[in-house]
This record gives sequence, structure tokens and C-alpha cells, in this order.
Amino acid sequence: MNATFALWAGSLALISALLVVTRASVVHALIWLLVTLLSLSASFFALGASFAGAAQILIYAGAILAVFVFVVMTVDASPKALEQERARLGRAWVPPALVAALVLVPLFAWRGAPGADTAAPMGAAVSATDLGMLLFGPWAAVVEIASGLLLAALMGARHLGRRGKPEGRG
Amino acid sequence: MIILGTILTLVFSAVLIAALLVAAGVFTWVERRVLGFFQERLGPNRVGPFGFLQWVADTVKLITKEDAAPPGADLFAYRLAPVLASAPVLAGFGVIAFAPQMSVAALDMGLIFAMGMLALTVYGMVLGAWASRNRYAMLGGLRAGAQLLAYESFLGLSLMGVVLLTGSFNLGQIVAAQGDLWFVVQQPLGCLLFLIAGTAAAHRLPFDLQESEQDLVAGFMTEYSGMSFALFFLGEYLAILLVAALATTLFFGGWHGPWLPGPVWFGVKMGVIAFAFIWVRAALPRPRYDQLITFAWKAALPLALLNLLLTGALVVLGGQP
Repeated sequence: MNATFALWAGSLALISALLVVTRASVVHALIWLLVTLLSLSASFFALGASFAGAAQILIYAGAILAVFVFVVMTVDASPKALEQERARLGRAWVPPALVAALVLVPLFAWRGAPGADTAAPMGAAVSATDLGMLLFGPWAAVVEIASGLLLAALMGARHLGRRGKPEGRG
Repeated sequence: MIILGTILTLVFSAVLIAALLVAAGVFTWVERRVLGFFQERLGPNRVGPFGFLQWVADTVKLITKEDAAPPGADLFAYRLAPVLASAPVLAGFGVIAFAPQMSVAALDMGLIFAMGMLALTVYGMVLGAWASRNRYAMLGGLRAGAQLLAYESFLGLSLMGVVLLTGSFNLGQIVAAQGDLWFVVQQPLGCLLFLIAGTAAAHRLPFDLQESEQDLVAGFMTEYSGMSFALFFLGEYLAILLVAALATTLFFGGWHGPWLPGPVWFGVKMGVIAFAFIWVRAALPRPRYDQLITFAWKAALPLALLNLLLTGALVVLGGQP
């Protein structure tokens, strides 16, 4: 039951991800990206990783994609601009497709490797406490490095957002 | 046995959705009447006893009205936006525990799920705004996006104190932990910050700058009419009810209370908080947009972090779970 649902949600995620990269209108692509993220979250829930699923909705779909939408909305998406974009694209899809193919190679090469098909136990729910213990125990260094990245991004944003001189009300 | 359970869940969610839709309808009538009294006028009082059936008349009107789209609108996004504004909020109610064992899905991540669903409503606003190809709508959509980012940040943090005290994200367990003492006593700052952020998440006055009538006509929903317009409003009223339900669950003891059965207490507390939303709307003016964003980032977020830090220190020192 859960495995079927996870498979179904995963397929939905794949289809909508394909739609993301094939839409001409960037806002439509974002709508499909939202579908991708939500169906990924659904498959996380079905596989028992409920924290990952909930965080997927709240952080990726809720906050990060909202920033995307925010930026994209200010982009010119009139039919004329779309026409120009299509004309400019031409064979631009070739290099990304090659990179994707390169990524696929190890995926298939690994299939025969020992221990590759020990699938994760289905439906065994991972509790938030266990996850937290792992993140702040054995993996604490990785979490700290990730937070250091965020700090760098924060300082970068502060740098980009600073004003030459204070103006008006503040 | 599993099939029986599934059928029971389906029936319960159907009843819950119907009850919520009626509650949102009745709430529009309550709001118009109460606002009327606040402003020394009567409000709608013609249809049915005390005008109670006004919301039925409004619904019939909205269903039969033409649902027009402006020329040049992006129809795909234009039609999708009202659904995105209302459907996630309904889904958010799925994790609310109205009584012990009485919820559609007692997820162990219930709280995060409900907050995620509240956050998703912003897509309704920004997509509707973009698809309308209207400048007022666009301005409203941009405001909605910036406001979501500002308020989402401390909405979640303000609740983490309660999660620390309970040791669980499950809404049923959070209520069960409040048998002796409501969390509003231990977490007054968290409660206050949550109610402020909740008002902003439900985009209600004084945090409704994305649809402020005076300067943006109706903001992101300027171009909408008929049932699409109604869905936006439904989403807003459902969001108020969801925030009230979350506040009841997290800070005001959920179903706990003497004499009356649990779900009745839950409904009464929810109603009082929802009434407070109307009261705040009647009493407070709308701030300037930069004041709104400055308050969120410079005052509310540090306070929420401080609250989390103090709660964490107390939990560690007190040796609680």
C-alpha cells in the first residue's frame, strides 16, 4: 500500500520534473516545480521519512520556491518575450543533456556492485528524535559546515543589499 | 479492518470539510455583523433571523455570478491560483486533533505539516497576481511574497518553545501535555508572537497590505469575480480558523476543560480566538509597508530566537524531556 503510493508519487515527481524543463513560460515551469516538490514530499511520507516530507513542504515548497516565484514574477513573460527566448534557445539543451547523461552513467554502473540493492526498510517511520540525535551526534560537523555556508550567504546578502548612503526614513 | 478504518477516515474528513465550509460561511456573517456593531451600524440583518442566512444568499450569488478572466490573463495560472489559496488550508485541518484520537491523520510531524500548508497559500496569491496581468494585482503579489518570507521565519520559531516543552510535533500529544497547565502560561511571548504571525499568515488586518483596498483596489484578487473570488475569500477565512485551531491546540489547552465534552471546548476556544481576529481588525489601523517588514525582521525574529533560547535553557536545566 505504502510502497505503491510512494512509487505513484515518485512517478508524478518525475513527470512534473520533465514538464519543468520543457515549459517555455518560466512561471508555468515553477508551478510544475511546485508539483514536483509536493509529490516528492508525498513519497517521503509514504516511505516513513515524515520529517523529511514535512520539511520538504515547509522549506522547499514554502520558502525557497516562494523566493523563486518572487524573482520570476518580475521577469517579462509576454508572448513576444517568450518568442524571443525560444528563438535564442536553439540547441542550448544539448550541453545540459550531456551532463545529465554523464550523471546517469555511475547510476547504472553501480547496479551490479555488492550491496547496491539492499533497499531501505519500507514504512519504518524515522522519528524526529532519532533524526536529531543523528544530526547533532555523528553528523554534527556536517551540520556545522552547512550552517557556515548559510552564514556566508547571509553576509553576501548583507553586502549586496547595503546602501551607498542612508536615505529617507529608516 | 483496514478498509473499515479507511472508510471511517473518509467519512470523517468529508464531515470535517463540510463543517469547515459552513463555519467559514457563518464566520463571514459574524464578522460583518460584529464589525457593524463596532462601527455603530447594524450590518446585514435582513435575510433570515438576525440576518443569519446572509451567508447562504451570498454563496448563491457568488456561484451564479459570471466568473470572468481579463483579456491577456494566463488562464492556466489564473484558474489554478484560487484553488491553491484554499485547498492547502483545508488539508492543514487534517492534522488538528479536536479530541483524543479525533483527527483525520495523527501525523507525528503534524505541526510542521500544518505550517507548511499555511505557507503554501502564498502561491495562490502570487500566481493569481501574476496571471491577472494587472499592475495593482502585481503589487499585491509582490507584497504577499515579501510578507510571507518575513512572517514565516518567526511563525515557526515562536512555536518551537511549545515543541521543546512537549518533546513532540504531534498536535494530539501537545494538547495531552497541557492537562494541568496551558502553555500560554509558560510561553506568553511565544503565544503573542504566534498570534501576530498567524494574523499575517491569514493576511488579515492589520497585516493585509497585499490586498489593502485603499491603495491597491483589492491587490492580488482585483481581477477575480464569482466563484474564483469566493475561493480566495474562503481560503482567507479558513486560514483564520486554522490559525485559531492551532493557537487553541498549542497554547490554550485544546480539548481540556471541565463539564463539557472535548470537541465542544475546542470549538468554543477556537471561536473566541477567531472573534479576537475581528476585534483586532476593528480596532487597529493598517501600518505602512516598510514598518510591517521592519517589525518582522528586526523585532519579532530576535524575540522568537530569544524565547527559543530561554526555553531551551530552562528545559536543559530543569531536566524535563
